[in-house]
Amino acid sequence: MEGSGNILFSGVGGQGILLASEITAYSLLAAGHDAKKSEVHGMAQRGGSVTAQLRYGKKVYSPLIEPGQADIQVAFEMMEAVRYLPYLHKGSKVIVNTQKILPPAVATGQAEYPADVLDNLIKREIVVVPVDAFDLAREVGEVRTANVVMVGAMSPFLPVNPEVYEDIIRARVPAKFRDANLRAFEAGRRVSE
Amino acid sequence: MTNKNKDTLWMSGNEAIALGAYEAGVKVASGYPGTPSTEIMENLSCYEGVYTEWAPNEKVGLEVAIGASFAGSRALATMKHVGLNVAADPLFTASYTGINGGLVLVCADDPEMHSSQNEQDNRNYAFAAKMPMLEPSEPMEAKEMLKTAFDLSEDLDTPVILRITTRIAHVKGVVKKGERIAATDGEISKNPSKLVMLPGMARKRRVYVEERMNRCQNLAETAAFNRIEKGDTKRGFITSGVSYLYVKEAFPDAAVLKLGMCWPLPEKKIREFAGMVDELYVVEELDPFMEIHIKAMGIDCRGKDCVPNQGELNTAIVRNSIDADSKLELFEEVPLPMRPPNMCAGCPHRGIFFNLSRMKVFVSGDIGCYTLGFLPPLSAMDSCVCMGASVSIAHGIAKAVGEGAHDKVVSVIGDSTFIHSGITGLINSVYNDSASTLIILDNRITAMTGQQQNPASGYNMKGEAASQLDLEALCRAVGVKHVYKVNPHDVPETRKVMKEAVEQNEMSVVISEAPCVLLPEMKERKPVSYFTNQENCVGCMSCIRLGCPAISWTTFAEGEAEERGYRKKQKGISKIDEILCNDCGQCASLCKFNAITRKEEK
Repeated sequence: MEGSGNILFSGVGGQGILLASEITAYSLLAAGHDAKKSEVHGMAQRGGSVTAQLRYGKKVYSPLIEPGQADIQVAFEMMEAVRYLPYLHKGSKVIVNTQKILPPAVATGQAEYPADVLDNLIKREIVVVPVDAFDLAREVGEVRTANVVMVGAMSPFLPVNPEVYEDIIRARVPAKFRDANLRAFEAGRRVSE
Repeated sequence: MTNKNKDTLWMSGNEAIALGAYEAGVKVASGYPGTPSTEIMENLSCYEGVYTEWAPNEKVGLEVAIGASFAGSRALATMKHVGLNVAADPLFTASYTGINGGLVLVCADDPEMHSSQNEQDNRNYAFAAKMPMLEPSEPMEAKEMLKTAFDLSEDLDTPVILRITTRIAHVKGVVKKGERIAATDGEISKNPSKLVMLPGMARKRRVYVEERMNRCQNLAETAAFNRIEKGDTKRGFITSGVSYLYVKEAFPDAAVLKLGMCWPLPEKKIREFAGMVDELYVVEELDPFMEIHIKAMGIDCRGKDCVPNQGELNTAIVRNSIDADSKLELFEEVPLPMRPPNMCAGCPHRGIFFNLSRMKVFVSGDIGCYTLGFLPPLSAMDSCVCMGASVSIAHGIAKAVGEGAHDKVVSVIGDSTFIHSGITGLINSVYNDSASTLIILDNRITAMTGQQQNPASGYNMKGEAASQLDLEALCRAVGVKHVYKVNPHDVPETRKVMKEAVEQNEMSVVISEAPCVLLPEMKERKPVSYFTNQENCVGCMSCIRLGCPAISWTTFAEGEAEERGYRKKQKGISKIDEILCNDCGQCASLCKFNAITRKEEK
């Protein structure tokens, strides 16, 4: 299989980053790529910044993305799209959920949420794809599918046919939420296509 | 899973090790949860025909595995790196007794301290305890090496350590299923001259240990897991574990000696490789373990003079530390407000730490979610060393301060950590007449590692009803006269009890009873939340100071307070996010202005 790349998922604990990165990994594997994914469990999961790193290609050795080598970032929160800037390069694509989750210092009035935070990416010639994932998830009738909306919005940037993602969603999401997740994937995909 | 082959799986290192243990025919497995090792036992408990349990601590877990091995079954013990310190006592002598059924200990180190209090390098244990240690680089290899470890254990009559790190435990990769060997049932068979380590017998076994390690070293010279990968010989790399992967990416054309067994080292093979290359590098995370032993062989090599001995490595660090001019120009970080981990909305620990932050006491803390009580705005923890240390450290402080210390020192420990190693500290505090106060945060579960049952939770690893330890009766049984129980969600009431307990001139215990909000039964509750009656809010910030993620503060703009009908001097108002709220009511118990009310249906 041709092609290789590095995908960085970032957000806040509890946003469904794990499922999003799993669907992406399974889709890459099904399309014939080798892949490795790295996560950190434990203390970091308690409401803090969370990342998952996914690498794919013909043969993947290291599970960690090198700084400056993330081709795609899927950010579930605006500030978390900018926190990992040293991992990005000119031309990296950042799919970002235009949601704000206030960190403790902001919520308690000690600091301000930075204004126009995404400009930090745009002015460095990083391609930003903003997605109102919650709004789209609400439109498909299940607000908990925002993470799959994000997978959909990222999907055109990977060498995987949309049918492969849909098969994976069918196979891996509980029956109750399957249709909503498929609709969420399509809604997300339309944002980037 | 839509892979073409149903035997090809996508698994984390921990899932793969569990599968390896099943395939190896493990009969008994015991361990104590600890990031990054926890999921090995959790996954193994899902396989039929393997007995699995959570032990109260790592020492007990390893001893259970030693017992199963003595009875002739294959046995596994799992723990995180610091857990091996607790289990070190049985480990060093099990090295002498050797085994009957295969005995493997999996220890998961945490370089970079993602979820640990130190980053000790447990390869040193293999050297010190004189036993073989295998070190895989990725999930598939971890599974196969676990099986190899059992074979080695039985061939050499030794416990074997499989050492993994966070980037193997929590890395997912492609894993292939294998055949299972059926588990062997144990039987009572006596062999006291091998298993009773009185000095006379131990001296004989000590001689055997030396013979065994020599045999193991010979085997390491030819074993497939120690392999030379031919390549450019200008620079050659000796490496093991996850560092091997970084070397392969940083220097794809170079000659590599990959050591799957990091102790004992294959001296002849290392000499052969050293002779093949112009310049020899040893690339390893943390300590210069292989480097020191290779240098002791009289072989010239480079290592920690360029590769860092702190934190994790990665491809860029390995490349840049050896080729300084290979550095990429990177975008610089943009300063942003930090997003540290925080106790969950509705966490029962918050009420206790809020109260502690308002008492003039030294808070001797312990290991668990509640260590987050250290962070602002609560900032109510003054020390934290290791599992169970809170109680004994408080006692030591009280003894050092002497007269009048009784109301100045409080120790705080979770239910699982108390059972792990806090009980002996409490016995000591009573026996040696301490007058400190211990708060046991009983949230019915081992929470930080992701909800594992423990002896106080009333359930075993498989979720079946089990004997439930009565913490109050235990405290009284060891001689504590003043034992209190509180509901930590009622913050002012809890404060009164804490004050009374602290003022006692004898050892006192406060048991804070409220379940973790992440327990399935807590998540399944009918959603009820608190909400803010903003017209009543006077901006006193009492609720904000709890640091609950569901409560936020909005600062008023110039003149906004008056415009909206508040006092002119009011600086802002607080608001509860009803979706995030978990219905604990701590904020309402603090609010004196009727600005927070409970309501049904989110």
